[in-house]
Amino acid sequence: MHFLINGKSFDFELDVRISLLDLFREHMGLTGTKKGCNQGACGACTVLVEGERINSCLALAVQYQGRAITTVEGLAEVGHLHPLQHAFIENDGFQCGYCTPGQLCSAVGMADEIERGVPSAVTTDLAAESIELDRDELRERMSGNLCRCGAYNGIVEAIAETFAKESA
Amino acid sequence: MIEFTYARAEDTRGAIRLSSDAAHPKYLGGGTNLVDLMRETVEKPDALVDVTGLSSDIEARADGSLLIGAAAKNTAVAADRAVRTRFPMLARAILAGASGQIRNMATVGGNILQRTRCTYFYDDASRCNKRAPGAGCDAIDGFNRNHAILGASPACVATHPSDMCIALAALDAIVHLEGPNGRRTLKLVELHRLPGGRPDIETELKSHELITAIELPALRFAARSTYRKVRDRASYAFALVSVAAALDLDADGTVRDVRLAMGGVAHKPWRAWKAENALRGQSAVRENFRAAAAAELAMASGLRDNAFKIELAARVIAAVLSELAGDLA
Repeated sequence: MHFLINGKSFDFELDVRISLLDLFREHMGLTGTKKGCNQGACGACTVLVEGERINSCLALAVQYQGRAITTVEGLAEVGHLHPLQHAFIENDGFQCGYCTPGQLCSAVGMADEIERGVPSAVTTDLAAESIELDRDELRERMSGNLCRCGAYNGIVEAIAETFAKESA
Repeated sequence: MIEFTYARAEDTRGAIRLSSDAAHPKYLGGGTNLVDLMRETVEKPDALVDVTGLSSDIEARADGSLLIGAAAKNTAVAADRAVRTRFPMLARAILAGASGQIRNMATVGGNILQRTRCTYFYDDASRCNKRAPGAGCDAIDGFNRNHAILGASPACVATHPSDMCIALAALDAIVHLEGPNGRRTLKLVELHRLPGGRPDIETELKSHELITAIELPALRFAARSTYRKVRDRASYAFALVSVAAALDLDADGTVRDVRLAMGGVAHKPWRAWKAENALRGQSAVRENFRAAAAAELAMASGLRDNAFKIELAARVIAAVLSELAGDLA
């Protein structure tokens, strides 16, 4: 099977039962992406596929051959953290850090959804051409990422600081 | 997870052929439910036929109808301009379900065929007639807060978990199917079954039949429609009760037409025909909304933990219709 992960090409002989998450962690040494619930409930395994966020635990790797995948390891440029990673540090957006890679990838994908005008459950006007990333929108859109430390206030601040400004 | 073969279908005929070659095949969409069920060995297909490469087009037709390819992702449908303006209840229903990540993976076809989240169905240490026909049901006398109040049977009290399907039921959606013997269509409300004595048989699909598209017939007043979901937390939870509704009033505030469906209450998306019939020709006032809800819920019955849903459903119906009536006033 052929994969494009963080801008590089890889070929693996894989059992079709292997999830994308287990491919990263068990076959590639990319342990940044975390296994929390392994059933799509916690969001710790969130990665980007062609810019769209997905739960890699529910994704059979075989389905994602040849598609551009970005894990948390691919967010930063060499020597430079992604602005969102900086903001997580500045705003205490984590305590134990286990959910952080998923929060980061999810927020990057979420910001792109806002950019594309994808509505959410709390969007008042479905006909609106553009949607502002206010706190209600942000919290609703990030509800697929749990943080058992309860660092939500810092997480929301970090994401708002990074992306709400851009869309304003 | 047991071993299986995987093949990616290039077209609908190819998908059906690949399926027909296997003993216990499953069509694979986003995998958000099926992969989980396979991991729990509740589902044990020997072959997966990946149908995510089939049509995901959303075709807005001049007559006001829509044709949505079954491989369309939930996010793509909810974000589609024609869906948002012509059928807002569908966009709202999809956005009320799951998380952003899951909506990016899940397909329309897979959403329709997702299976109940009854915990006894998932737990192979429990008795479940849906998982193991004839085994019994541990939900009936167990923790059944999330279970059915309408159309249940002594064999099964599970609910259908989809939000999207509730809107599709209200909108008279037509399911386009293709199988080894050709194409046919079914109304969405006729696709899913009530549990009766065979809760393991959930749909009217025949062997190897594939959902290829969903058609939404034009509905003039669907532009003024909505979906309300009541759940145990503000986001990312299954419905206790949900209501999809569209309301069409005359100038004098009489209900000319109405569409109403409920989620979280039954084994299938529950079209509220009795409430609709009770409302047509009545004035759009709260007491009539309550009376219509009472007509629909007359046959409802509660279990140990879920009887509250009967009153909750009545209130949500009245609230949603009042909201729509207010919009139109």
